[in-house]
Amino acid sequence: MRRGSRWFTALMISPTLLALALVVLYPLVAAARESMYVRGEGLDADGFVVEGERFVGLAHYAELVGERFVNALLNTTVFTLVTVTLETVLGVAMALVMHNVLRGRGVVRAGILIPWAVPTAISGLMWRWVFQADGVANAILGEKILWTTEGVQAKLAVIIADTWKTAPFVGLLVLAGLQIIPTMVYEAAKVDGASAWQTFWRITLPLVKPALVVAVLFRILDALAMFDLPFVMIGRGKLSVETLSALVWDEATQLRYGSAAAYGMVLIAYVAVVVFVFVRLLGADLLADTRSRKRTA
Amino acid sequence: MKRALAAGLVVVYCLAPFYWMVVSSLRRTGDIFETTPWPSPPSLENYAAVFSGHSDFGRALLNSLIVSAGTTVLTLTLGICCAYALARLTFRGKNLVLGLVMGTSMFPGALLIVPLLKLFTELGWINTYHAMIVPSMSFALPLAVWTLTAFFRQMPHELEQAATIDGCSRWGAFRRVILPIAAPGVFTTAILAFFATWNEFMIALTMISKADMQTATVRVAQFGGASDFDTPFGTQMAAGVIVTIPLVILVLVFQKRIVAGLTSGALK
Repeated sequence: MRRGSRWFTALMISPTLLALALVVLYPLVAAARESMYVRGEGLDADGFVVEGERFVGLAHYAELVGERFVNALLNTTVFTLVTVTLETVLGVAMALVMHNVLRGRGVVRAGILIPWAVPTAISGLMWRWVFQADGVANAILGEKILWTTEGVQAKLAVIIADTWKTAPFVGLLVLAGLQIIPTMVYEAAKVDGASAWQTFWRITLPLVKPALVVAVLFRILDALAMFDLPFVMIGRGKLSVETLSALVWDEATQLRYGSAAAYGMVLIAYVAVVVFVFVRLLGADLLADTRSRKRTA
Repeated sequence: MKRALAAGLVVVYCLAPFYWMVVSSLRRTGDIFETTPWPSPPSLENYAAVFSGHSDFGRALLNSLIVSAGTTVLTLTLGICCAYALARLTFRGKNLVLGLVMGTSMFPGALLIVPLLKLFTELGWINTYHAMIVPSMSFALPLAVWTLTAFFRQMPHELEQAATIDGCSRWGAFRRVILPIAAPGVFTTAILAFFATWNEFMIALTMISKADMQTATVRVAQFGGASDFDTPFGTQMAAGVIVTIPLVILVLVFQKRIVAGLTSGALK
């Protein structure tokens, strides 16, 4: 490569890399360090009072067996598994409906963008209102459930609210995948006498898989980091809906930086493992484009 | 007929909760617990309450606008250059850069909170706009690079060659030929980045303690009385509608572009 073009490339890329180093890499390294320190006064090995930060090694990680952490880990896992499953099924169904709409496609598309456009914090408030004791959800169900108080019902309420907001997003991505399947394939299936069910499982789903895999991966990442919705909808520090992110945030704002950082490190390790397994199992080739380009070039 | 019914169901699913928020916001305070499908009589009482007195909601909206616009301009300036290099230049380590940018987008925001809160406290950045704009790059910048790279790749490959033959430098080819053609993609990316920052909650909640610096999403969440019994639901719903309306208008006007932007990364 010519010298000039190398400089040009470096100039184009470095601002982004620098910015990401500042807002992502630095916090990661600082959090890793922080997770091994404790703030404030303490006694050193000889019994002297020491101020400021003190190295405590992996002591914060030993707290990981604590009840509150295990609870947050379970909540995060349950929310992710349930919401992503529901959103995938509903999203695919919505995409199929939109794909087959003959008239008023614009109206449907605008409608489906609304849940995506409503800020999560606002949707939290909105659903809090719907799920009030004398709110419209209970009025429709004819029940008197205290949705927004601690308990299983609060989890369910959060799951419903999250699914409402993000299933349409999955639907949009899947719809885009559906639209690039050539109609010829379906005609061929028809000629061969395939049933609608067979067509869906043997043709539609495999062909839409690349788009679906990316959509589901986005959703998993989002769900693992869930914070705003339970916070606004149910409240701060409510154990039945406290996620890992909420726990990290709560510890940090109580100025317990050390344990907050340790919990944060676990969260990112959890995300990394899930992404790795997911990509391995489903083969989401996120860099596919550069590779295929190289091959054809 | 079945198709229309199914499509109708999808639309109802998407709009019903939002509709309920709008209807509730238009009820009088005394009627707030009614369950009629429309407000009778309709009233703008709640909207007046949002902007009245000590809440100063206009300021919160302005803060949101400043932070979102600031983040959008900053991330686009950086992101356009990076995405151009990733999509249209050949260099060693390209997949590494792409992987790094993608990898950062997987970071849970909560992890950033701890070190940045500490850093910004030391720097005296708490309660400033840049304390919100800088961390917002952590999600907006990967989003911008990811979307723009997809847009740049769609453009014909001969563009730079033609420009160089006509005597343009590399920078000239980028600025005079590529950028004008890429404008629609850049605009779409700007909308997505703006949405993402407008909706941001955790950073704004953490880095700001003064009420007059709060963004709208944080302010709305903190509207309210001391307990469930005196929560001003009507006011909350009205404020929620106000925060959402600009986004809904953008969605209605630019729906085709937004869908193209959202799906560009997902389709290869």
